[in-house]
Amino acid sequence: MSLWLLAWRRLLRDRVGVASAAIVLAFILIAAASAAGFIARDWGQEVGVSYAPPGFLGPEIEHERAAAITSGPQEDYGIADPLAEELAEIRARLTGAAGTEARATTLAFGGDKWGRDVVKKAIKGTETSLVVGLAAATLAAFLGTLFGALAGYHGGWLDDFFNWLYSVFTSIPYLLLVLAIAAVLNQKGVLTVILILGLTGWTGIFRLIRAEYLKHKVREYVLAADAIGASDARRMFAHILPNVSHVVLVQLSLHVVLFIKSEVILSFLGFGVGVDTVSWGSMLAEAPSELILGMWWQIAAATAAMALAVTAFSLFTDAVRDALDPRLQ
Amino acid sequence: MWQFIPTLLGVVLLVFFLFNWVGGDPAYILAGKIANPERIEEIRRSLGIDQPYWVQLWIFIKQIAVADFGASWSTNERVAQIFATRLGPSLTVLLPLLIISTVLALAAAMLVAYYRGSLTDRAIMIGCTVGQSISILVYILVFQYLLAYQLGWFPVQGWGGTLAENLLGYAALPILVGVVVSLAPDIRLYRSFFLEEINQDYVRTARAKGLGEGRVMWLHVLRNASIPVITNVMTQIPGLLAGAFLIERFFSIPGIGREVILAVERSDFPVIKAVSVYVAVATMIINLAADLVYRALDPRVQLK
Repeated sequence: MSLWLLAWRRLLRDRVGVASAAIVLAFILIAAASAAGFIARDWGQEVGVSYAPPGFLGPEIEHERAAAITSGPQEDYGIADPLAEELAEIRARLTGAAGTEARATTLAFGGDKWGRDVVKKAIKGTETSLVVGLAAATLAAFLGTLFGALAGYHGGWLDDFFNWLYSVFTSIPYLLLVLAIAAVLNQKGVLTVILILGLTGWTGIFRLIRAEYLKHKVREYVLAADAIGASDARRMFAHILPNVSHVVLVQLSLHVVLFIKSEVILSFLGFGVGVDTVSWGSMLAEAPSELILGMWWQIAAATAAMALAVTAFSLFTDAVRDALDPRLQ
Repeated sequence: MWQFIPTLLGVVLLVFFLFNWVGGDPAYILAGKIANPERIEEIRRSLGIDQPYWVQLWIFIKQIAVADFGASWSTNERVAQIFATRLGPSLTVLLPLLIISTVLALAAAMLVAYYRGSLTDRAIMIGCTVGQSISILVYILVFQYLLAYQLGWFPVQGWGGTLAENLLGYAALPILVGVVVSLAPDIRLYRSFFLEEINQDYVRTARAKGLGEGRVMWLHVLRNASIPVITNVMTQIPGLLAGAFLIERFFSIPGIGREVILAVERSDFPVIKAVSVYVAVATMIINLAADLVYRALDPRVQLK
């Protein structure tokens, strides 16, 4: 029976592991549906009034306060919008309705400053965060595994070189390094965030994989592969890699959590995703001014989505690690 | 000891590569939006970036050697002066934060390790996982809103003139937030240190010769489990110095972390370069010190 089948059976016996795996899967499905445009496609629609409170509070609570603060249209700079009539006409033609756009006074779980549904924003934010977390973790795991394999297997000057690179990257604190690169690049966007996090985050994986390769390269099966004439590359990636892939998998999962948290901080500070993209971090960035007005639903939606996703991912990682390596516990 | 030099050289090269090569021409940032060619040429000459790369690298190395990174681009304050004045507020928050969180986390970790596998253990561990998964931003926002803004127990933000005023007034809530945030990961980590010791032979021996549980845990296990804790706390310090920027920013504490954020927002390269190099040096020194302390506490450990 293979390692993976055994691990799978152990994972199925772990109730916390199964439950967290189900939640992780649900989040991935939501993110995929959102990316494909099945749900939350209209997250940018201003369906409610500004700061529409959640439906279970009723329209009266807070609503008057909110209305008092933001009386009038948002982008009114004291001049009449010259395009207002044309826009209204276009909108009327598009919807086919009479053109009187009714805005809800309450939304199921509340709205933001522009009256957008916070649940849809949280779903869009889930998509952004999961894409960043998974892509950056994949990049970091790829680099860490490649560097670790080269350093651990070959030793010599390659090992010295990668160890030097490792000590250079780890002597600058992680978030400081990320911020410094963000300052230098000075451009926002999902791809930039993925590159920053992935290119700086490979160090932990590198150290573990290097140690695994050091251990494995003197084992008998590798010596046997050498004896039948397998090349270095074949021994590294066809023979040893499958035997250390469980380490890579656990690290990949751990780094997804780390990178999701880093992306939230970067986006919050304004160095992360662009202004046209929603992320949990950019939702939290709107929270301080809302909280002072007593509007808690946006921070609640972002926090709830993030806490559930990250907790599930962490518990799932623990379960996978326990299933793959029953000696730990 | 001598392995410092290649690592430091690597940090210098990395910072140089980032700021002088990837970062583009800083003259355009400095000259602002309405830049005429003469002005840009003048700035380029004064920064030395009209020189070839190896000359620029030499200028940077000289700056590091004499610890003079010039003046901030946005405020024209000397970089050395910025660090000297921002270190105090940072330490006022960080030292109590480190001490309180370490003591609390040690106590909680010893408790859950002693009752390992029980309902208390599982509940606290799950609580830690959930607590860790909430962003530090949420802790800061909610604590600041509830405890300072709504209930008025603490000042919302600010910084005073005297140490006592800061420590008891302005720094109290930032320290509280920091302790709450660092408890969850610390308890998880320290619990594993305790678990490693709790099954050792010397613990069984201590019990076999009739020592009480309190004495076994507080004297024998705690002493041995503290060794990795001490080195862990030490190696956290440089990261915290720059990493407390979120707390410092929200509570308007004029510390090093806030300075980093401001510098990143203003593309103030001299400050970021100086922080990166200084913090890297501090990290290396503290790591060496941690190794030495580790060996002093645990003579079995051999340094390579």
